[in-house]
Amino acid sequence: MNTASANETYNYKVVRQFAIMTVVWGIVGMAVGVLIAAQLVWPDLNTQYPWFHFGRLRPLHTNAVIFAFGGSALFATSYYAVQRTTQARLFSDGLAAFTFWGWQLVILLAAITLPLGITSAKEYAELEWPIDILIAVVWVSYAIVFFGTIMKRKMKHIYVANWFFGAFIITVAVLHIGNSLAVPVHFAKSYSIYPGAIDAMIQWWYGHNAVGFFLTAGFLGIMYYFVPKQAERPVYSYRLSIVHFWALISIYIWAGPHHLHYSALPNWAQSAGMVMSLVLLAPSWGGMINGMMTLSGAWHKLRTDPVLRFLVVSLSFYGMSTFEGPMMSIKTVNALSHNTDWTIGHVHSGALGWVAMVSIGALYHLIPRLYGLTAMYSSNLVNIHFWLSTIGTVLYIASMWVNGIMQGLMWRAVNADGTLTYSFVEALNASYPGYMVRALGGFIFLAGMFLMAYNVYKTITQKEAVAIDGVAQTA
Amino acid sequence: MDINTVRGIITIVVTVAFIGIVLWAYSAKRKSNFDEAANLPFQDDETDARSIQESGTNKS
Repeated sequence: MNTASANETYNYKVVRQFAIMTVVWGIVGMAVGVLIAAQLVWPDLNTQYPWFHFGRLRPLHTNAVIFAFGGSALFATSYYAVQRTTQARLFSDGLAAFTFWGWQLVILLAAITLPLGITSAKEYAELEWPIDILIAVVWVSYAIVFFGTIMKRKMKHIYVANWFFGAFIITVAVLHIGNSLAVPVHFAKSYSIYPGAIDAMIQWWYGHNAVGFFLTAGFLGIMYYFVPKQAERPVYSYRLSIVHFWALISIYIWAGPHHLHYSALPNWAQSAGMVMSLVLLAPSWGGMINGMMTLSGAWHKLRTDPVLRFLVVSLSFYGMSTFEGPMMSIKTVNALSHNTDWTIGHVHSGALGWVAMVSIGALYHLIPRLYGLTAMYSSNLVNIHFWLSTIGTVLYIASMWVNGIMQGLMWRAVNADGTLTYSFVEALNASYPGYMVRALGGFIFLAGMFLMAYNVYKTITQKEAVAIDGVAQTA
Repeated sequence: MDINTVRGIITIVVTVAFIGIVLWAYSAKRKSNFDEAANLPFQDDETDARSIQESGTNKS
């Protein structure tokens, strides 16, 4: 089966580049997050300059953590897993290098334009049309490299992780191009081609599937490769993974309207979005159980392996937020939670607990192996990072739950004569303790990322290391 | 055709598709294929070792 490939090697250069940049952009994106969390506690931090205003930095934070940090993690892990499960080198080294430099350019342009206030004002799709075109070109190149590599595979099967990565790449291309269609006015301003409620629906078709495919399907690809590798045993049920895949991708795409409850969107579309969101609980939990149960018979490894702990706890957060999400999509629950901090808490339970922690766990597995080592420089620091991440996430989401439910209840409270019991400012005032705890939780999570950067630096540069073959090395 | 008839038909089609996928995935015939697929992440250590060596990043 392998006769033609006796001398083939993998392209690890581009994987290394993306892996390192994942750590760098993680720190940048989360630092901006801590800054804007602090601005909500101390408004003076907005300064007199418009570039540092919360309204401009908030999209910078979301773009940096989702597309710079999460995107780099997905590029690194998908390029690594697709090569190792197809036993084929990336389809094109040149095109792979283009995706790396192209993606870094997109991030740089985002970091410049968003503080300047250049925005299309579509959430998670704020970048203006010239950058959107660059994203589309890079993304199509990514698809060519990825699927070209799959076509080079030597075996019949396409491993399940590649199915998830593949679905993520195709769907994000469709979503990005569909939602970004716009009429340019000049090079830094454009208007969506969709009118009114249709524009809102297209935006949240895009927005929720950015969650469903970028932040879920892609990271499930990470789960299906890195959890079995780190646990050193095949996935719990390959059959369940197939049902998981088809059920998840066919249902997620319909869930978007739950962002538009009680809006100008037709009522039937709102109800359809709510029902599809509820159904989504089943495939989400099927996948989570499949990942968790991969450890059955090897649970003791959690006691000694902090990397595995990252991966398994990320799955717990995934299970928690995919339970919370369907609940919040119920219209009567949404009437309480919409526009409150509960939404922010829900997003971060997914973003910090699931996306960031599964990425960090995968990187701790990946980075030493990219340099011919078996483990990170310090397993102890990985363990401390694990606890900082967990505590940071819990503080963040717990404070936002308290704030969110309190805000929802205060906003809807009415007196016997029909007037509002509380003014908006009273609810804001009551939110301060929660904002404080949230900023603290975010800071703790960010501190863990600095430990990671140090650990990665020491791993890559260390002289005395134990290589894959188990022999201590000296030079 | 009435829109509700279309909705009914789609519900049936989707249900049948789902049951079909489950039956396909869980049929005994495919077990050995899937066991093989599940082990794909564990089968390429030689190419991996060669890639590390080629790139000169092996700590040796």
